[in-house]
Amino acid sequence: MISIYITSFIVGGLICVIGQLLMDVGKLTPAHTLCTLVVTGSILDGIGWYEPLIDFAGAGATIPITSFGNALTHGALAEAEKHGLIGVVTGMFEVTSSGISAAIIFGLIGALLFTSKGNV
Amino acid sequence: MEQQKYAHLEKELSPKTPLLKNIVRAFLTGGLICLIGQFIALFYITYFDFTERTASNPTVATMIFISMLLTGFGLYKKISQFGGAGAAVPITGFGNAVVSSAIEHKSEGYVLGVGGNMFKLAGSVILFGVFSAFVVALIKTILVKFGVVSW
Repeated sequence: MISIYITSFIVGGLICVIGQLLMDVGKLTPAHTLCTLVVTGSILDGIGWYEPLIDFAGAGATIPITSFGNALTHGALAEAEKHGLIGVVTGMFEVTSSGISAAIIFGLIGALLFTSKGNV
Repeated sequence: MEQQKYAHLEKELSPKTPLLKNIVRAFLTGGLICLIGQFIALFYITYFDFTERTASNPTVATMIFISMLLTGFGLYKKISQFGGAGAAVPITGFGNAVVSSAIEHKSEGYVLGVGGNMFKLAGSVILFGVFSAFVVALIKTILVKFGVVSW
């Protein structure tokens, strides 16, 4: 039970280090870095490597943005398994819905509550 | 001055990117955010009816909520300055991108400002995430249909 906290810290940290290397060594902008990581997560789920990582590291694998790509692919594949090709489109947001809806809702609430003083 | 000499001088004078320092900071910040996520997941597993698989959904939403508060009080910017990619890569960085553009464009009104700019930074992540998921899922579904791989 304790080990999941250690692995989540290490795996989550390492994914962020990969992002930092893409930015510093690969000279990518932060937006390019995040897009690269999302696409990577989606491909890793396609070949079936991301789910074992979640089992191993818990939040260390589900909190980094790579899990967004993984969850999109995972939802699409789960639905495709049931309904065939059309499931790729209908299932895409099945798993990620909470991330997107939370971002929209809290984005608006944040705008209602706070005013920019040049520090956001 | 000879070109070679100039290149050498330029290399010596330009500030070195503190790569190792950045990496250590990204590792610690990113690891800590994921550790907090793990504790929130544990909370949902213990007190609500979630399994280890399904707990990631409410965890992500909670992390974005925390990110909203930190962004609004101007703390997330400080975390980003310290942690670099360690603050940008976790889902809190995604939340920060959405919330900060929403707050920043508030003065232009709620429809054109907040609504129109909310996904200014995060939109590309959603676009490429969805498109790559579409391509990957399509390829895999077709491969399964032809019996090359299995689910």
